[in-house]
Amino acid sequence: MSFTLLKYGLSKGHPVPRALPAETDLKDSYDIVIVGGGGHGLATAYYLAADHGITNVAVLEKGYVGGGNTGRNTTIIRSNYLTPEGVKFYDESVTLYKDLANDFDMNLMYSERGHFTLAHTDSAIRTMRWRAEVNKHMGIESELVLRDELQKMVPELNYSEDVRYPIMGALFHAPGAIARHDAVAWGYGAGAAKRGVHIHQNTEVTGFEITKANGSPQRVTGVHTNRGTIKAGKVIQCVAGMSGVVSDMAGFKLPLKTIPLQACVSQPLKPFLDAIVVSGSLHVYVSQSSRGELVMGGSTDPYGVYMTRSTLDFKEGLMMHMMELLPYIGEVKLLRQWAGMTDMTPDFAPIMGETPVDDYYIDAGWGTWGFKATPVCGKRNAEMLATGKVPETIQPFALQRFHDFKLVGEKGAASVGH
Amino acid sequence: MKIMPCPLNGPRNISEFAYGGEVLDLPAPDCDNETWIDFVYLENNTAGVVREWWYHTPTAYWFIAERDTRTDEILKTYPANEVFKDRVDFAASEAPAAPAAKE
Repeated sequence: MSFTLLKYGLSKGHPVPRALPAETDLKDSYDIVIVGGGGHGLATAYYLAADHGITNVAVLEKGYVGGGNTGRNTTIIRSNYLTPEGVKFYDESVTLYKDLANDFDMNLMYSERGHFTLAHTDSAIRTMRWRAEVNKHMGIESELVLRDELQKMVPELNYSEDVRYPIMGALFHAPGAIARHDAVAWGYGAGAAKRGVHIHQNTEVTGFEITKANGSPQRVTGVHTNRGTIKAGKVIQCVAGMSGVVSDMAGFKLPLKTIPLQACVSQPLKPFLDAIVVSGSLHVYVSQSSRGELVMGGSTDPYGVYMTRSTLDFKEGLMMHMMELLPYIGEVKLLRQWAGMTDMTPDFAPIMGETPVDDYYIDAGWGTWGFKATPVCGKRNAEMLATGKVPETIQPFALQRFHDFKLVGEKGAASVGH
Repeated sequence: MKIMPCPLNGPRNISEFAYGGEVLDLPAPDCDNETWIDFVYLENNTAGVVREWWYHTPTAYWFIAERDTRTDEILKTYPANEVFKDRVDFAASEAPAAPAAKE
């Protein structure tokens, strides 16, 4: 054993391959340019190559792959949304997630834990019942469980009546899962690169070449970057918090506000919490990672900034509520804190599909639900780019819905109030 | 703790304040639907210096703050009457006017 290890250490042909191939020069022209090398962008590239055989594709990433919100979320995957459109969409995502580790031949540590959204008020119970009925109608495992039953299922919580928000029940979603989020980006990136897609890191988009008709933007033909200009057949932007900045370059505005969402993890503890626990009234979601850390998040910041700074105010608020839910963690120390820039829509549903500029598509408005949608976004974006038609699953999320007053109200299914 | 310099109450903890959206020009009450839709839904979402409405909750006081959204720095705050000098009357018989404050 030790001899094998020594041989491995001295070997020149290192047996572990790079996840992504070495950087290449930008080509003069690509059929499809994907702006943003996070989970959504890479998944789009992956399915373009794997499902549609389109490989003359470039993914442009300002920083490094998966360095944005893909690596900053709390990794929760679920499909117990409120609207039929939302439920159908996220159910497809969960189904794709389950086979992803096999597709990539990479361990995503996909772990089904059961997802419990706590209700502390009568009106919350009513919303949970509503969500459970919509979910069941759409074939999703989702149940309202009341306090006594819940206490048997998740005994780790504080069921005292002597707190600000006593627990009355929960929406139980058995397929609720967590996964290793970086691996999702790496898996999609490696899979796309293996099939011939170019992934350009440290490549920032600085503008677009757009033809004009009567003074208004018409069709995108190229992309300016800090490494030169490339011609593009079609462009899609998948840039989360920077959506407004990028769409400005393309010449249109979005109904989005960029607001930081903070999260943190505790020091590693022995496994004690199997379930994913969410409380809207307490503005908390918590799960225990396979490393033993408690992964904790709360609501978005009270106002928008284009920064990923952490604040003490947020930690104080979050910990106050964590102590109400899990009173025995008072001595536990925080290990890391961070933030991501979320792009929030007024109706808490995403923006996907066509834009006012021809051949320019969008994948934005991911607020606080982007990671769990990664596979379905990639799959449907790829279908849209390959066929030129917007797939039925994502039609309800069109940018045009704001002009048609056809909003998709998902606020009631957001993890916590924002 | 982040401090907001309130024009009425002096420097206070920012948790005492509520964000009230960007300072925008109200469209004319008789404008077309498209203009109203854009006004209601679209955001400038500027990465840079913005001029915004802020509200000090305990004293029910609205004012204007200039803030850099790239650095989270509050550059300047002043009472709203430094910008809105003229009284605006909306005739009751015309289209009902929306209040300027959003959300």
